[in-house]
Amino acid sequence: MSFTQNNDRYHRQIILKEFGETAQQKLLNAKVLVIGAGGLGCPALQYLAAAGVGTIGIIDFDVVTISNLHRQILFSLNDIGKQKATTVAIKLAEINPEIQIQAYDFQLTNKNAFELLVNYDLVIDGTDNFATRYLINDACAILNKPLIYGAVLRFEGQVGVFNLLDNETQIMTNYRDLFPQPPNPLSTLSCNEAGVIGVLPGIIGTMQATEAIKIITGIGKPLCNKIISYNALQNTFYDFEITPVLNPIETSPQNEMEFLNFNYEWFCSSKANVSSISIIDFEELRTKEKITIIDVRERNELPLVNEFDFISIPLNDLPNLIASIPIENKIVVFCKSGNRSLKAVKLFYEKYPQITAFSLIGGIDAWQQFNNKT
Amino acid sequence: MKIKILVFGQLSEIINASELALLAINNTDELNKKLFELYPKLNEIKFTMAVNKKNIHENTPLNHEDVVALLPPFSGG
Repeated sequence: MSFTQNNDRYHRQIILKEFGETAQQKLLNAKVLVIGAGGLGCPALQYLAAAGVGTIGIIDFDVVTISNLHRQILFSLNDIGKQKATTVAIKLAEINPEIQIQAYDFQLTNKNAFELLVNYDLVIDGTDNFATRYLINDACAILNKPLIYGAVLRFEGQVGVFNLLDNETQIMTNYRDLFPQPPNPLSTLSCNEAGVIGVLPGIIGTMQATEAIKIITGIGKPLCNKIISYNALQNTFYDFEITPVLNPIETSPQNEMEFLNFNYEWFCSSKANVSSISIIDFEELRTKEKITIIDVRERNELPLVNEFDFISIPLNDLPNLIASIPIENKIVVFCKSGNRSLKAVKLFYEKYPQITAFSLIGGIDAWQQFNNKT
Repeated sequence: MKIKILVFGQLSEIINASELALLAINNTDELNKKLFELYPKLNEIKFTMAVNKKNIHENTPLNHEDVVALLPPFSGG
């Protein structure tokens, strides 16, 4: 693909002396995959499309909800209930019809990651959970693809570049050098529970797009082996260098076969000392026994569940309402992805050590995927 | 000997400050021990520690006026 010489679209960046037509051509030749069309993905995608990145891939299995709109600025009211990736692709095509945009409305897993990632030069991580972050990191490390990391919570965000060799130091690091051990699922918070100020992913996602443009065009100094931590309330930036882990405690997959056999959900969640139940065991249990099923998601969260009866108590309300829940049956708690339900089960055991309570592994998303397949 | 500690994310809720100073700490193992004594809830969170703007993976000596940052992982996007 090449742009026409008198194309006004890119004029303001082409006249930058560090940039010029050479950098513009590099952008048009580049292929970038953005994983997650959410708070980070929306601003990153908008700027990459506008700047003229020639091929953009967007993967997201989720649909738009009203609680997305305060930060996921490509979506409007009319988009609620629609697939995020396809919806974003349509909006980007309106911004820039001269580029190729590919939407993938499914979940990234270790089974499909390689065939997807090989088509792209660079990956942007805009996901919202640790299991997918480790998965993307390992896939990019094995495939040697630069990965632009961004993450947010409440008023703070982090951005950095992994798998990119620093030519001066000859050092290359990744997420496992930053956080070698998976987080404790009982203490980690998601934006669904802990909140996030809407502009924050806008800032971090835009910084991710900036790094992508720098890496593709070769201008400036990319953030390799470094993390910038931004605090919106204090308006402070703290940056630090990532140093390689020399003696890893946790083993990470080193090739495609090991990657395919690595269970990321398990790695990031079920090491906690609470009982979990797999989708298959849950299906069997609920057909065989009378059990109490509790949904700890917020009341407006999707997907809606009509296939079985359950009690809805958002995790934040659980401590106050826990005494009102019948506990004569076995209890299965679910949420969207299986994190909040782990915390809820811990609360149950603190209150009633004698009961049997399980957290549904992978949450209602995994349950739905399983039932769509079978 | 005085060490300055910068605290990020939900760790600052546990410590109830975004910055603190500790005296008579010779290395990061001692610092961890002291922090876990003062704030037992820190044990629940896996965080990375950076000494003078470099993250560390093993016990590292600390000197007067060194700055240590405690950074938890964020998953939101």
